[in-house]
Amino acid sequence: MDFSPETLLIFLELFIIVTALGVVLTPEVLEAAFLLSGTLSGLAGVYILLNADFVAAAQIVVYVGAINVLIVFAIMLVQKQLDSDVTVNGTKQLAQTLIPLFLFGMFVLAITDTNWPIQSSLPTVETTEAIGKHLFTDYLLPFEVVSILLLLALIGAIVIARRDLPIKDKTIKTYSTSQLSIGSKD
Amino acid sequence: MILENYIILSASLFCIGLYGLITSVNIIRAFMSLELVFNAINLNFVAFSNFMDGEEIKGQVLSLFIIAIAAAEAAIGLALILTVYRNRNTVDGNNIDWLKW
Repeated sequence: MDFSPETLLIFLELFIIVTALGVVLTPEVLEAAFLLSGTLSGLAGVYILLNADFVAAAQIVVYVGAINVLIVFAIMLVQKQLDSDVTVNGTKQLAQTLIPLFLFGMFVLAITDTNWPIQSSLPTVETTEAIGKHLFTDYLLPFEVVSILLLLALIGAIVIARRDLPIKDKTIKTYSTSQLSIGSKD
Repeated sequence: MILENYIILSASLFCIGLYGLITSVNIIRAFMSLELVFNAINLNFVAFSNFMDGEEIKGQVLSLFIIAIAAAEAAIGLALILTVYRNRNTVDGNNIDWLKW
């Protein structure tokens, strides 16, 4: 069984679009999260077709391995919601579906009309080596800034999500009452 | 042309993500739609770097930065969702209106 890259690309595109529509349209949020992992894995396959093997590996590790698992945990920590009682207005729903469709039509028209300046022969480079060279020469400052940003974001996530313990309030209260009693003694 | 194939796939992913962002009531689903939009952008970067900048693949470096920033955003966003759920007992986007006038 030998697939040409074109047929493989068509299969991957179908898979990605079907799972992405599933993410948006399924009523169950947990199923949507699992379908999202399918979309992200299919995109990793597309990256491999585009000679971007390192980005494909990063996609699998970071998106499927970290972000998607984080989303599944968040869904499981949050109680299941009943269907919300929002009455969707007819014209509002129409506008909500028409705006992305209109935008997509504009995109397709613009993409097919443009004459893309494509390089005729695709040179094959060692992508990991090239990315490493970029990251440690001309992209060194953004690389360091992104690493600081990641550190700050993780600290911030811990600070935001930490449960404020009720013990803290108690200590403050007892402290204030003891202060009061000291004040009354004086 | 095969480049247009990739860009149209990216455009359709972007529009699906946009539709999800507009319509979803559950903020976790809105969050997943946002991830779809991020991935559409990433796919654009990688496709253009492959077809127009094959020697120095700068688009792939930028897509790695986008992946890192998306990870940071996911951590912060899910922490906020959990905090909102703890305080309000809901993840319904229509009920979250602390910052609304």
